[in-house]
Amino acid sequence: MILYVLRRLASAIPTLFIIVTIAFFMIRLAPGGPFSLERPLDPLIMQNLERAYNFDKPLWQQYLIYLGNLAQGDLGPSFTRRDFSVGDLFRTGLPVSIQLGGIALSIALVVGVFLGALAALRQNSWVDYMVVGTATLGITVPTFVIAPLLSLFFGVMMGWLPAGGWGTWRHMVLPVATLALPQIAIIARLTRGATIETLRSNHIRTARAYGLPAHVVVGVHALRAAILPVVSYLGPTAAALLTGSVVVETIFGIPGIGRYFVQGALGRDYTLVMGTVVVIACFVIAFNLIVDILYAWLDPRVRFD
Amino acid sequence: MMHSLMRAALLSTALAAGLGLMAGGALAEVVYNRGNDTDPTTLDHQKTSTVAEGNIMRDLYEGLVVQDAKAAVVPGVAESWTVSEDGLVYTFKLRADAKWSNGDPVTAGDFVFAYQRIQKPETAAPYANMLFPMVNAEAINKGEKQPSELGVKAIDDQTLEITLNAPTPYFLELLTHQTGYPLHQASVEKFGEEFTRPGNMVTNGAYMLESFTPNDKIAMRKNPQFHDAANVKIDVVNFIPFEDRATCLRRFEAGEVQSCSDLDNQQMDYMKANLGKQLRIAPYLGTYYLPVKVKKEKLADPRVRQAISMAIDRDFLANQIWRGSMLPAYSFVPPGIGNYTESPVLPYAKDDLLDREDAAKALLKEAGVAEGSLSVELRHNTGENHKNTMTALSDMLKNIGISSTIVEMEGTGYFDYMKQDGDFDITRAGWIGDYSDPQNFLFLFESDNLGFNYPRWVSPEYDALMKKAAVTNNIEERAGILKQAEEILLKELPIIPIMYYSSGSLVSDKLKGWEDNVMNVHGSRWLSIEP
Repeated sequence: MILYVLRRLASAIPTLFIIVTIAFFMIRLAPGGPFSLERPLDPLIMQNLERAYNFDKPLWQQYLIYLGNLAQGDLGPSFTRRDFSVGDLFRTGLPVSIQLGGIALSIALVVGVFLGALAALRQNSWVDYMVVGTATLGITVPTFVIAPLLSLFFGVMMGWLPAGGWGTWRHMVLPVATLALPQIAIIARLTRGATIETLRSNHIRTARAYGLPAHVVVGVHALRAAILPVVSYLGPTAAALLTGSVVVETIFGIPGIGRYFVQGALGRDYTLVMGTVVVIACFVIAFNLIVDILYAWLDPRVRFD
Repeated sequence: MMHSLMRAALLSTALAAGLGLMAGGALAEVVYNRGNDTDPTTLDHQKTSTVAEGNIMRDLYEGLVVQDAKAAVVPGVAESWTVSEDGLVYTFKLRADAKWSNGDPVTAGDFVFAYQRIQKPETAAPYANMLFPMVNAEAINKGEKQPSELGVKAIDDQTLEITLNAPTPYFLELLTHQTGYPLHQASVEKFGEEFTRPGNMVTNGAYMLESFTPNDKIAMRKNPQFHDAANVKIDVVNFIPFEDRATCLRRFEAGEVQSCSDLDNQQMDYMKANLGKQLRIAPYLGTYYLPVKVKKEKLADPRVRQAISMAIDRDFLANQIWRGSMLPAYSFVPPGIGNYTESPVLPYAKDDLLDREDAAKALLKEAGVAEGSLSVELRHNTGENHKNTMTALSDMLKNIGISSTIVEMEGTGYFDYMKQDGDFDITRAGWIGDYSDPQNFLFLFESDNLGFNYPRWVSPEYDALMKKAAVTNNIEERAGILKQAEEILLKELPIIPIMYYSSGSLVSDKLKGWEDNVMNVHGSRWLSIEP
């Protein structure tokens, strides 16, 4: 298994390299640059700035400089936040995003699986209808609607929780809820579908025939198989949640990294965009690996070779 | 089970009580959560340029002169000054009790250091040209002269002499801009690029930097060394960036921030109905206008441009599209500006719209444009209000038989496109004054100002007047010359002024001392918070 992980990690390097290369040249194709402002700069000052950031060099040289720095773990300076390097920005922002996304993900996983399994076991009962109904609602209502509504109701009208900001656990409740709700819905639906299917399968029938108690049949044998689609769903989802959400961060004013992608792209902050691409790519690669390992562990048919 | 539940309940009560006590202790400290448009690019004020950055720097630094609560220029670090008879030499007497946040005295040398540094090419300061009126500033910025040749001298620690290229009536006004602030030489030299980090940063304003968390807040604490600290009433100012104005509104209503620096125009009706006097809309030093590419044959005739201008219902745009957050404009230089007489206005400003449309049609005929034969492209950058403005414009032009298509462009590329002589017909642009002087508006359309003269309009007469104004010392005489220039601009109309900006803010009833002003500057040192 260790060999398998090492092999996967080694194959991640060319993947990253390709992603970085494509992203580097794509962002340069966008019109404008980090110093194109509504109020144009004096040409002379523009020259000074471009020299200071190596923009006067040919693109391929800039690319090699960037790759060289990246190989040493240096993501470069940010153009739009010049008091910080891109590394600084992630050092302060990433823990916030991971904390927020991690809590939301954990809650979504526990609650979603529980509700899904419950609905499957009580298929076509009112419990089932309620779970499915709520889940459909949770999936269809987008976060940019839920987030301001939660903030407006609990923050402004009731005054129970802060309407925005970051700092204490109370600031986390509403954004966590916003992030977790749709995930709960999706996970519940996935679990329900898979559980119903599994409960009809041969090995569950066999387990029942052996006279195993219901909680063992469901909790050990059925759920283990039923959770597989959830696990494969969780890979990319975890990567997305842990790297922050633009919508939630903007609406609640959270200093995570989710906004950097958009702010960086709009401000043509090349290095910040590249940094975000690298970080998200690393998360996606890492979680895909974790999913594959979990798969092998959960599903006896999958082996590491 | 019961037992542990009880324990948890007790513990959380104790915790809550503890937190309550802490909050009680913190109450003694006056905290101002101040909404700002966005985070600054940097806290190195010489590398900043935006209004949002100006708000932050105004609290951290004090220039030779400062703007008071009403934006009037009052003594800052300089307690007095004299101007030579020819208007070229300013001699500032610095106050003896001006101190940096680390206790060092603020000296004339700190200003010399700062003004030299901002002109060095390697500083790459985007607004270095604000200080180009100083002798040799431009040449130093070009790398043609040495920084030591700048026309700024420290006669002694308390006396600073600045020599200008030409009499500049708005020079004191210029010095209130963040580019006019001093720098603490020792810490800048010691920490290099990192001098703006919390802990390293030494400032001379009413506040000093405590922390900077991107997308969260910039926390500042009252500077005990500040010479007027006794009159600074707020202990902590947290500048909170709100790219989403609706978020600021919610947090304002929840009482979490005491002011918002901008408004969500879509909620204007709601705010008018519910926020009362906390909603502030004040005239602002800015104009929203339409550059017209005058080189294009179909738009080359000033009569065509006048006809287009006549058909524009500015009241509708300002009141309906912009929900009253803009004011209708018939001149380019906004009202309320300093060093000027009243702006000349377009002659049909007071006419009824229907009459204007008839006059416009007649004018088009006169210019040889057959009805329905002219088609223009209206181009704008992304933005809900810009899009709506252009849609409304398109309808208005239809009334005089001009058809139009609307093209949207993303912001960053848009301004480059106009700057680089892009192939447009009519676009939109906005200009916010850096200082209260008509020159700061009219210089945009000098023929050699390729960065801003989007229409590529050339008028030797206009250029000559602008040059003449630049060397005229008498303020009234100069105002007359600039007025003539604006009259030419309005006659030729390479740009069609349609609205003046207004500044919109939310100001809590508890926040006292906030005076609406045309520069929209509100230093925290003039404000106080009622419990």
